[in-house]
Amino acid sequence: MKLVKVHITLKEGVLDPQGKAVQGSLNTLGYENIEEVRVGKYLELTVADDANIEHQIEEMCSKLLANPVIENYKYTVEEGVTQ
Amino acid sequence: MKFAVVVFPGSNCDRDMYYAAKDALGEEAELVWYQEAKLDGYDAILIPGGFSYGDYLRCGAIASTSDIVTQLKTQAEIGVPILGVCNGFQILLESGLLPGAMLRNKNLKFMCHFENLVVENNQTIFTSEYKQGEVISVPIAHNEGNYYCDEATLARLKENNQIVFTYQTNPNGSVADIAGITNEKGNVLGMMPHPERAVEALLNSADGLKLFQSMLANWRENYVAGA
Repeated sequence: MKLVKVHITLKEGVLDPQGKAVQGSLNTLGYENIEEVRVGKYLELTVADDANIEHQIEEMCSKLLANPVIENYKYTVEEGVTQ
Repeated sequence: MKFAVVVFPGSNCDRDMYYAAKDALGEEAELVWYQEAKLDGYDAILIPGGFSYGDYLRCGAIASTSDIVTQLKTQAEIGVPILGVCNGFQILLESGLLPGAMLRNKNLKFMCHFENLVVENNQTIFTSEYKQGEVISVPIAHNEGNYYCDEATLARLKENNQIVFTYQTNPNGSVADIAGITNEKGNVLGMMPHPERAVEALLNSADGLKLFQSMLANWRENYVAGA
């Protein structure tokens, strides 16, 4: 069993209105040193062992999990916990 | 002329689209469930607005993986007119039938009001009944209508006259004020504003009706003998 952790973030230069709003709130709370916030997504996939796993994850990210027009992705493959 | 209105789980403008084609325009229309639909044999395909699959992951992303999108691609290739409105536009973007992507509105608000659109290209099968540069009043209703594409894509859109509608006053932060674009061939149109909600005076505007009339006029010209 493998645990795949996928991080999806907006590409540099793509406007992130949500991140801007979060940054504004942090500034309001007194954290004035926060210069930028970018909001992304984090997914955990539990996958049965497969030699082809990296290739599959790449494919899943570009086909569905991330939109390559606006988003970047990165992932790690870890040993999953067997129950 | 026979329209198909593709219904996804979470579509909510499907009846409006049906009404526009069937009642306002006076042509044939069928609501087709996305899992059962056979898209062969329709003269045009309408992808309505709403929140397909609850906008999970990204608006339109889950719908774009369904089998019906393979059929849509086939129909697009053989030249069948396809109109995607709002969530329909988002599905067309996510499935790669149109270039670009949608971001959240710049002001982070769901906006629902009438906007003035400029007809930037009246040489399409969707806009031939409008005058070039005509300003029309059509409602928007979206949270993710902030159209984005990179500069190279924008240059291509401009070069091929694929930008069909722009906002007179940009409400959502879209690149180049874009409200609607076609594919290169011109038979697939995606737009965030809702022409199907502006098809008679009772709805505060009938400006959207000409879009459906344009599709009809084009179909008659091509497929009806003696028209």
